[in-house]
Amino acid sequence: MMAISNHQSNHRFDAPRLVNASPLVQAVGLSKRYGAIEAVTGVNVEAYPGEVLGIVGESGSGKSTVLRLLNLEEMPDSGTYTLDIPSVLGEDLYQLDRFARREVQILNIGVVYQNPHLGLRMRFTSSGNVAERLLITGERTFATLRQAARDSLAISEFPLNRMDDPPRVLSGGMQQRVQLAKALALKPALLLLDEPTTGLDVSVQALVLDTLKRLQRERRMTIILVSHDLGVIRTLADRVMVMRHGRVVEQGLTDQILEDPQDAYTQQLVHAKL
Amino acid sequence: MTTLSDLAQPRQDYSYGFMDAYAKRELRRRILKAIAIPGYQVPYASRELPIARGWGTGGLQVTLSLVGPESVVKVIDQGADDSVNAANLRRFITRMSGAETTTDTLKATILQSRHRIPEEVMQEGQALVLQVPDPEPLRGVTADMSKAHQLHADSDYGQMWLLLYEQLVRYRQYIQGASYPSLVNGLYIISPSPIPRWDTPKLHQAAHLTLLSAGREKRLYAVPPYTDVYPLEFSDVPFQVEDQQGWVCKTTGVQNKFMNELPQEDGTSQYELSDSGYAEKLVKNEAVGATYYDDQGDFYYDGYLKPPVQPSL
Amino acid sequence: MPLLQVESLTKRFYIDHLQREIDVFADLTFTLEAGQFMLIGGANGVGKSSLLRCLFRTYIPTSGTALFAARQGNIDLAHAADVDIALLRREELGFVTQFLRPRPRVSALELVAEPLVDGGMAWEEAIEQARETLDSFGLKQPLWSAYPTTFSGGEQQKVNLARALIAPRRLLLLDEPTASLDSATRQSLQARLAELKAQGVAMIGVFHHPEDILHLVDSEIRLTTTSEVIEHVVD
Repeated sequence: MMAISNHQSNHRFDAPRLVNASPLVQAVGLSKRYGAIEAVTGVNVEAYPGEVLGIVGESGSGKSTVLRLLNLEEMPDSGTYTLDIPSVLGEDLYQLDRFARREVQILNIGVVYQNPHLGLRMRFTSSGNVAERLLITGERTFATLRQAARDSLAISEFPLNRMDDPPRVLSGGMQQRVQLAKALALKPALLLLDEPTTGLDVSVQALVLDTLKRLQRERRMTIILVSHDLGVIRTLADRVMVMRHGRVVEQGLTDQILEDPQDAYTQQLVHAKL
Repeated sequence: MTTLSDLAQPRQDYSYGFMDAYAKRELRRRILKAIAIPGYQVPYASRELPIARGWGTGGLQVTLSLVGPESVVKVIDQGADDSVNAANLRRFITRMSGAETTTDTLKATILQSRHRIPEEVMQEGQALVLQVPDPEPLRGVTADMSKAHQLHADSDYGQMWLLLYEQLVRYRQYIQGASYPSLVNGLYIISPSPIPRWDTPKLHQAAHLTLLSAGREKRLYAVPPYTDVYPLEFSDVPFQVEDQQGWVCKTTGVQNKFMNELPQEDGTSQYELSDSGYAEKLVKNEAVGATYYDDQGDFYYDGYLKPPVQPSL
Repeated sequence: MPLLQVESLTKRFYIDHLQREIDVFADLTFTLEAGQFMLIGGANGVGKSSLLRCLFRTYIPTSGTALFAARQGNIDLAHAADVDIALLRREELGFVTQFLRPRPRVSALELVAEPLVDGGMAWEEAIEQARETLDSFGLKQPLWSAYPTTFSGGEQQKVNLARALIAPRRLLLLDEPTASLDSATRQSLQARLAELKAQGVAMIGVFHHPEDILHLVDSEIRLTTTSEVIEHVVD
């Protein structure tokens, strides 16, 4: 038997040739340190319109940091980030001033956090949580706000007879639906999901995943999904990036990563879960 | 032979207007800045005064830095000239400045007030000094003052509107009674101090200067003459002032002015004018000026207040 | 150029924690024209399914090429970018197994219509086609709006075949789709495959009971042991 090392690098892939669209998300060379800790090192992220990109890795792998960088919540130490959106075409979003960056974030990016406390005002009404997104953009007609909140909650399959209940009295699954409705209120081009179903009961988790799947299919939204749960990734993602110690160790089509992982770490990860 | 004591100024207990010249100069500069940037909260070094913080020290410092011997000062507390607090402040201001005092809104050059704007329309050249307990309209939505500062800088007022949205959803009307958040000159949202909603429209395009000062919080801001002030309202659910239809003053018989409600032992209520200076003139049959609200309750600025709409949910 | 031109295709697995390689197949070369049906024969464990998976790119071929004449131009399935493969899977490549992956609260009709919607069709139209397809596979009408999570094995298989074969594809990879089907469903499947073949769809299949579809087969490659490939044309 021949000695083999670093197997992954043997196979070279061509650049995309059939897909005409340019990537919606293009982040190059993202690096971020917290003091002595290198959270993310040289990560590239590319997501095409309508595609669901999964990012997997164990806690501390840097996957949530990547999501925060893509959500413009944090600035990287180095790297560039462009969105294929007319208003900021070709511009590095990290170079925009605070106001312009905030506008790009509000209008084009929606986010759902694992912890609903990060994304919701727990004591305000659920509909108000959703309406706030429109208020930020200057909508000042009450009837319009109500209708938008209702529409957005409905597509998140939230029961409308509870739309004015505050999230703190809702179940975990319902809270995630409110977050989702809020994230979708302004019809963003990019939806970021940070462990959206972690901590939910398995049956509730399946329902929330189903809603996400349905939405993705009907709205052809670009989604970047962070999860440590390979079941969630398998259900939703078209492609997957595997992260470890702040770096991408492997990426590929979801079924390929799960059934023919090339990297030693991915093989361990997949075998540990299946 | 000249002695040292001949050369020295005669001994004074206090500077003119109590505060020293440097303190007054600082206040005046802050006031000018506040006037230049309507609605912007200007920080200042709030001085020690012989009254406790929270008892009108913000208003008092502004008044003391503006007052001169030729000034005519009126001080009211919830509309009344004769409350203990108003009387004490008035006595202190005159003792420190030699200014004249009045209870007549139209005769005052400086009008220091807690929680009310008078009923008679104030004129050019008058200054209204409002005592402010909490200058930050965003306190209800963020406890972090540096964050609030940034929200003001960004005109990021979505959360204020969210508060109104929540009120409409829960009560089908705006329920904020006093300190109704208002947009000044199309840019900054202010708390107009705890004046009732009834008084908030009086700030819009007013002929007089309004200075709002919080001594404990060390911030002052201004509504210069003829500046737009609009209470926050959704385009389809207009802002409303207090509904006091049918409330008649037991002393003067007038209505459609802001009333104090006096609960009676039998469970009914009687009403009296909150503005005691105005009531006094009516009782004495003296000539009164034009009022912000006429006898039918119509506001003097046409079209500013709109008929009520109950929102559907 | 033929629809598919496979040259020297080789697959080896490398298992890191065992520090060893596992040979699956090596040096496969064959071509396939539109409308042709190729059977993959051979004993169990010789890598028949793995070949299908390599062409679908669930597995990454270790070496060799698989040139596919996609509508927009020729592309090597062994080296194409992931996003190109994803696009081909939505529009030109189909993979048919015997297993359905139902999801809670998704009806049989929706499940079957989804591939059409993914290809850009409106829901109403897709649902309409899904009805016809489910009907052709003999799923009883009362079940159409029910959730396949609760279906029996046989019913699930019907839904599965309907879903796998509803959208137009240019190359279908069939991984033992007839295993454990009842005879009626098997006949529907045969009819459907014959219809697709007549429309010009190329197919490569692994069949447990090849006698069912022998009349459709144009060629066969027989995987024996590693690296040894026999190809012959069936009359």
